[in-house]
Amino acid sequence: MIEVQQITKRYGNLTAIAHVTFRVAKGEILAFLGPNGAGKTTAMRILTCFMPPTEGTASIAGFDCIDQAIEVKRQIGYLPETPPVYQELTVSEYLTFVGRLRGLSGKHLSTKMDRVIERLSLGSVRERLIANLSRGYRQRVGLAQALLHDPPVLILDEPTVGLDPKQIIEIRELIKSLAGSHSVILSTHILPEATAVCQRVVIINGGRIVAEDTPDQLSVRLRRSEKISLLLKTMPPDAMDRLRDVPGVLHVMPGTEPRTLVVESELGRDIRDELARFIVKNEWGLLELKSMSMTLEDVFLRLTQHEDGMPRQEHDPRDVQSDDRTHTALPPGT
Amino acid sequence: MLPVQSIAAKELRSYFVSPVVYVVSGVFLLTFGFLAYLYIVFTGAQAIQLMQMQGGAAQINLNDLVFRNLFASMRFVLLLILPILTMRLFAEERKLRTFEFLMTAPVRIIEIVIGKFLGVYIIYLGMLLLTTLVPIVLSLFSDFDWYPVLSGYLGLALLGALFLAVGVFASALTENQIVAAFTSFGLLLMLWLLAGLGSILGDAASGQFISYLSFMEHYDHLVHGLIDTKDLVYFLTGLTLMLFLSHRVVDSTRWK
Repeated sequence: MIEVQQITKRYGNLTAIAHVTFRVAKGEILAFLGPNGAGKTTAMRILTCFMPPTEGTASIAGFDCIDQAIEVKRQIGYLPETPPVYQELTVSEYLTFVGRLRGLSGKHLSTKMDRVIERLSLGSVRERLIANLSRGYRQRVGLAQALLHDPPVLILDEPTVGLDPKQIIEIRELIKSLAGSHSVILSTHILPEATAVCQRVVIINGGRIVAEDTPDQLSVRLRRSEKISLLLKTMPPDAMDRLRDVPGVLHVMPGTEPRTLVVESELGRDIRDELARFIVKNEWGLLELKSMSMTLEDVFLRLTQHEDGMPRQEHDPRDVQSDDRTHTALPPGT
Repeated sequence: MLPVQSIAAKELRSYFVSPVVYVVSGVFLLTFGFLAYLYIVFTGAQAIQLMQMQGGAAQINLNDLVFRNLFASMRFVLLLILPILTMRLFAEERKLRTFEFLMTAPVRIIEIVIGKFLGVYIIYLGMLLLTTLVPIVLSLFSDFDWYPVLSGYLGLALLGALFLAVGVFASALTENQIVAAFTSFGLLLMLWLLAGLGSILGDAASGQFISYLSFMEHYDHLVHGLIDTKDLVYFLTGLTLMLFLSHRVVDSTRWK
């Protein structure tokens, strides 16, 4: 449904995205995950024909984003970063305007409007000026705008920003319910959102795709070390340094609680036994020792953080796809 | 409803909920009425003088003394006022990020430009319509030739269209409304002053060409009751050119 081939976008000397390639199958929900400024919005703006790419091609439902822009625009519903609402209009006036621009009219328009107002529970604010609505309501009006004409492709730039927790859950459920009938790309920097809603995650950083897989697979594949958390009764100041000398230990970090430590070891090597013996021998009082599984959050941080002093090349190419950019699109549901 | 109609209707709606249109049309009508009043009083005083000098009834030409002056003064009023009306058209969309929505709606850019122009032009025509009270009331008390008045109104309508199109163009250039207003104000002033440059250069081809570029002589012809195809062509090409340039500017903002 959505095909992006090697797109690059440069603003003067600044390269916003470089050689980005991905596909979205029909009915699939794809998350664009990345820190702020990673190029998510740029990629979405190219897909929605708001701006053309410097290089590369993008197409939606077989229509080219540069040459057949109007056709592409008919296929999509787009929620930009800031909900594009006109403050001086009421919700129903606004949706009527949006519908008319999309070629809806008369009874057709009013049934679609009623449906989308009900879906996003906007009934109570229907006749109110958008200027007087709260941030959460405006966001929902923005979503209503994107969903109004029931487009086959939805492009949502951070759809849950500014909503309260209850609304976030509702909107996520709504987006989930679109799977199957709609292709959705949503961008987010909130990890649980990607895990909760999407079938596939593209992690983008510094304008490049650094990983692409299902949320579960990503954390398995990117686990390049085992993590063990320790709780000690007494912790000498040099405990971290001394633990590093235990064979197999890669890193030792302080844990979140006092007197806890997180020990990282090589992948596939179980050092729990050695670790336990070392601590007992030193009489630090081993209260707890458990192995931690890597969350998507860890994966994300590992892939996108430069500050940790680990150049990306250091990653095992088996784990990270940064060297091998022939992504295979997984069928929906995996 | 065509996209152009939907956009024009939305612009009308937006104008009427904001105070801008009320203030602008209020100032416009007040100025028009006040100027008309001044010229009428002035004409009356002249008539009394003439009667005293010539003794008996003097022939006073209201077309010359009231309407021609009134229409000529309105050039300046339009130049000051219309940029305020157009400044928000694109600048506000860009500031409030609704621009992205418009650009990703299945509507051609030229339809957006024309829709916005029509929206503001309808408001302007409404303002002009209200000013017709002056000639209507005046016609109850005196005799004058309606034909030059109507052609003067045609001149105002065409001049307004040109000014508004320049304003649409200026608004497309920036996301700051003040900058947009001053840009269109500056452009219009330049167009005005070209007439002065033309007259300095005199009857040489270059002088005539530069004078032709200014709206002054074309508008003056219409105010004098002279409807010439050349002048109509000037206004219509100017309007088309400005809307086309607006289209180019709006289109090019996407590339940045």
